Amino acid sequence: MSATILAGTPGTAEVPRRSSRRRGGGLLAAVRSNRKAMVGVVLLVLFTVVAAFPQWFTSIEDPDAHQFELSLPPSSAHWLGTTAFGQDIYAQLIYGTRQSLVIAIVVGGLATVLSVLVGVSAAYLGGATDSALSAMTDVFLVVPTFPLIIVIAAYAGKGSLTVIIGVLVVTGWSYGARQLRAQALSLRNRDFLESARVRGERRSYIIVCEVLPTMTSLILATFLGSALYAVLTAAGLQFIGLGDSSSLSWGTMLHWAQSNSALQSGQPLWVIAPGLCIALLGASFALLNYAFDEISNPALRPIRRPRGKRSAS
Amino acid sequence: MRFLLHRLGFFALTLWAAVTVNFFIPRLMPGDPASAMMARFHGRLNPAAVHAMAIAFGVDANQSLWSQYVGYLKNTVTGNFGTSLTYFPLSVSSQIAQALPWTIGLIGLATVLAFVGGTLIGTISGWRRGGAVDSIVPPVFVVTSALPYFWVGMMLILVFSVWTNGALPNDGAYSLDATPALSGPFVLDVLRHALLPALTVLITSIGAWILTMRNNMVTVLAEDYVRMGRAKGLSNRRIMYQYAARNALLPNLAGFAMSLGFVVAGAILVEYVFNYPGLGYMLLNAVNNLDYPLMQALFLMITVAVLVAVLICDILTAWLDPRARSAS
Repeated sequence: MSATILAGTPGTAEVPRRSSRRRGGGLLAAVRSNRKAMVGVVLLVLFTVVAAFPQWFTSIEDPDAHQFELSLPPSSAHWLGTTAFGQDIYAQLIYGTRQSLVIAIVVGGLATVLSVLVGVSAAYLGGATDSALSAMTDVFLVVPTFPLIIVIAAYAGKGSLTVIIGVLVVTGWSYGARQLRAQALSLRNRDFLESARVRGERRSYIIVCEVLPTMTSLILATFLGSALYAVLTAAGLQFIGLGDSSSLSWGTMLHWAQSNSALQSGQPLWVIAPGLCIALLGASFALLNYAFDEISNPALRPIRRPRGKRSAS
Repeated sequence: MRFLLHRLGFFALTLWAAVTVNFFIPRLMPGDPASAMMARFHGRLNPAAVHAMAIAFGVDANQSLWSQYVGYLKNTVTGNFGTSLTYFPLSVSSQIAQALPWTIGLIGLATVLAFVGGTLIGTISGWRRGGAVDSIVPPVFVVTSALPYFWVGMMLILVFSVWTNGALPNDGAYSLDATPALSGPFVLDVLRHALLPALTVLITSIGAWILTMRNNMVTVLAEDYVRMGRAKGLSNRRIMYQYAARNALLPNLAGFAMSLGFVVAGAILVEYVFNYPGLGYMLLNAVNNLDYPLMQALFLMITVAVLVAVLICDILTAWLDPRARSAS
């Protein structure tokens, strides 16, 4: 899987592309002609399929059961070997995909909704509401959330999936809200909104039907950014043992590997494999995010003009 | 000046919010863990320790919530965090004072290095757009910025410590048999121990600075004042650093302040992986030992550290950007 990234990306700068990206198919065409976006989409689709149909990829039905010999090296029966508890690492990896992906998508979605609500209404309502909402956003941005989560978890006990998702949403919305507010502010006095106001449209109509559609690409970027945040932070929480240790995820796999000194006892695959999956899932969101930046801001795209003319604007 | 006053106000507001959250967390939890903890430790601790817990929680059954809150604020402002339960009878403050230099030395330095190095690479990459550096920079660093900190640390341990028979140490801040002193061998020992964790922070955090700086450079280079500089015949060097980079740096500084929370999260995990005796490692230990006074003080300490860093970014912004200085 890592080969896809390595093979797929270095050529981006040299390959000339003639497809007109501005029109004709819109977002889909844009994604298809951007290599970073394509790599991201392919990875994401792959993980989604694995998460939805884990049984297609392994014949082991209960990856949690301690059913094999302990600490086996990789073989044809156990592609990545077994854990110190006698579980098949490959099967755990496959079944662990679901939780990581669910956390990413759900947290990304909910945090984005919260960002849009706070950011856009702050910009659109203005005045004291804006000041209050912006101050709140800034406070949430700056207070180090991860230690806060750890402290909360210490009092509330280990987190179930819902607790983790809730905490990540509460701590993950502020960055997007700030950016969305900035963009909504710049839209506020545009003519098309003025004309909607003159037409006598309701505020809610203007926000939902006029403002939001023009912000689609930033909203998408917010989703991808929050999803990346969720993947990495959830993995970190699970790694230090604050996740739901009875359910299977890549982070908890790493937790058990670490607490059994997998590195020192000659089972590097137990650590490498789940970490690589987290990295690849994170990379797919990051690549898509960066690609959307390029798509919405043509100045950032890899240069395609003949060299030597780059000094022109 | 007004800009900085405004930011100082924000500093105070955020600090107050953090302290208040800290005060209410034990009270909002189901089943009132504060009282439960008090009851649980009652028979096993001497009165001094119980008093320490009372300070940490601000719990006193005879007082109203409000006067508890005021008393708690007073204790926090005067740095009286009570006594650590794990390291009894040492005070929480003394424990924190012991861990703080390690975190600032390791994480602080590595983060600043990553920021400065990343900004430089981003400047060059954005300046020579489409050049050799720029064709590999974005894809590579998009991927590294999505790597989990702790996993990178574990991979470094695997390669440089386990597979090379302990070429580099992976545990603690200095060797167990070394005596802390300002001597050559000891300093060398400390540096050897800091190498892998610092490298972990560097690898995982540098990408974000490179990418934002590159993109800012690309945007700034299209501005009229850059073309004006060229028309005046200024040297490339001058345009690159004085005109373009100086302006491109502003959003990056703001971004630095905003992403510190993420850096802290990574730092805690890095310290945990390397058993590095800093604030993050101490926090996780405090959680495992249910050392609530230490835990809460550590959270406040980390918040203060982040806020100070944010304030430094603000001062730098004011220094770089005349608009921020004169803004009303």
